[in-house]
Amino acid sequence: MVAQDIDLHLPQGVRYALIGPNGAGKTTLINLITGMLRPDAGRIALGEEDITSLKPDARVKRGLARTFQINTLFPHLTALEAVTLAVLEREGHSKTWWRPLPAYRGAIDEAHCILRPLNLEKAAYRLTRELAYGQQRLLEIALALATRPRVLLLDEPAAGVPKDESAELFEAISGLAQDLTVLFIEHDMNVVFRFASRIIVMVGGRILVQGSPQEIAANARVREVYLGKGRHG
Amino acid sequence: MKSADFFQEQIRWRPIEIAFWIATLLPFVVAPAYLQLASQIAITALFALSLDLILGYAGIVSLGHAAYFGVGAYTAGLLAKHAWGEPLSGLVVAGALAGMVGYLTSHIIVRFRHLALIMLTLGLGLLLHEAANSASALTGGADGLQGVRIRPLFEVFKFDLYGRTAYAYSLVVLFACFLVSRRIIHSPFGLALRGIRENALRMPAIGAPSRAHLRKVYTIAALIAGVAGALLAQTTETVSLEVLSFGRSADVLVILILGGAGRLYGGLLGAIIYMVARDQFSGINPQYWYFWIGLLLVTVVMLLPNGILGGLAKFFPRKT
Repeated sequence: MVAQDIDLHLPQGVRYALIGPNGAGKTTLINLITGMLRPDAGRIALGEEDITSLKPDARVKRGLARTFQINTLFPHLTALEAVTLAVLEREGHSKTWWRPLPAYRGAIDEAHCILRPLNLEKAAYRLTRELAYGQQRLLEIALALATRPRVLLLDEPAAGVPKDESAELFEAISGLAQDLTVLFIEHDMNVVFRFASRIIVMVGGRILVQGSPQEIAANARVREVYLGKGRHG
Repeated sequence: MKSADFFQEQIRWRPIEIAFWIATLLPFVVAPAYLQLASQIAITALFALSLDLILGYAGIVSLGHAAYFGVGAYTAGLLAKHAWGEPLSGLVVAGALAGMVGYLTSHIIVRFRHLALIMLTLGLGLLLHEAANSASALTGGADGLQGVRIRPLFEVFKFDLYGRTAYAYSLVVLFACFLVSRRIIHSPFGLALRGIRENALRMPAIGAPSRAHLRKVYTIAALIAGVAGALLAQTTETVSLEVLSFGRSADVLVILILGGAGRLYGGLLGAIIYMVARDQFSGINPQYWYFWIGLLLVTVVMLLPNGILGGLAKFFPRKT
């Protein structure tokens, strides 16, 4: 998978949908932005700062968080432990080995406050691997939120979730803080047009077009290559 | 339940733990003839505890953990032979040196996982073993280090043939290291280690510097392994090449897996079972005793994937 000639600017607070056929390079783009892949050329900036040479964990510290298409969780940690871990890492407490965890009441309470609006309060004390699949998808988001991101990249947050539940999941996403920039990859066009304020279309590793939902819906090239209305397949 | 109470419950001392530590005093009363064996068990348990910190909590599989045990043993032995024989300071120096070697090697170790990691640790272990073998002028080579003389503990308690002092000394050091380890795993750092074990890929995505965490725990584990090695050198007043052998690395891994990794007590329980079994079986037919350990290992791994302690834990669920 490759991505090239990408010129993308994500202003604060906008809800972006990143769409495109399989193999278009959507996940590759997220990997490039978060530092899990190194670009051969080009630069990535977060706000004013150039982050091109930073490692993934350093980018997270500066406010760039992501979730994964396939659940990338901590199976034998409880949901509360996992989110508390992320909060403690953000606060710089994770190097401390002499103070017991209950002393970090602030971090634990914050983890609770992150789980509650995602309807994970009841699941907090259960091991991640015992949670229902939909709850695990929400925990993916909870872990990213615990890093207090400025930009949140969601790689198919509703992957594998039944259609009726995915709307619920996107309701939770649209309820996130208004100053948070969100970019999500999603294949269900109903969801995309309902929850995105801007849409980016990728094809063959390049950005084909970006614009408002109305512009994208009306765009002839998008209809041709992506929405399947063309006959040049 | 309040969320902080959940974490409080995790670190609470449970009655069975207290009972276990009281029971470690029993050998003084019921088996005074076996105090030397009890001392060896305590030392092996400490060694297994150090492996548990890296394997059970951080997910670093090592087949060369004897390297640090051996560094500790030779440091303590050489110190007593050529410099001074006061045991506690010897223990500190041996632990510090093993920790230093651990810190240096950790920079290589944390870059690898899975098979490459196992081979690396194995290689480092073999390397040190042969280095000690060839440096026979210093280490005594295959004949072992002779002439180690240890001063009485606090200049009062002599290391006698019955092993009274040896067991008391080893047990106290084991308990102290256990308390430190317990503190570590219930800290934010300990939670981060479990995070690395559970999903190393996710850790950078929540902003965690995984390698720094791994280097730290590897250093701590090497230090504790070195202390265990030093205990063996001091209580037996000799150091053989065996302290650095592949066999010792493999044994401690078997002990931890038998007992149950990632539970702190798994290594301790494994050490008791393994050492007592070896003592008993080798009395019957010494050359075949690994047959029984092999059988036990196969049975436990097949039936109890979380070790004997993991199997037992099903009967004593922790309230959450």
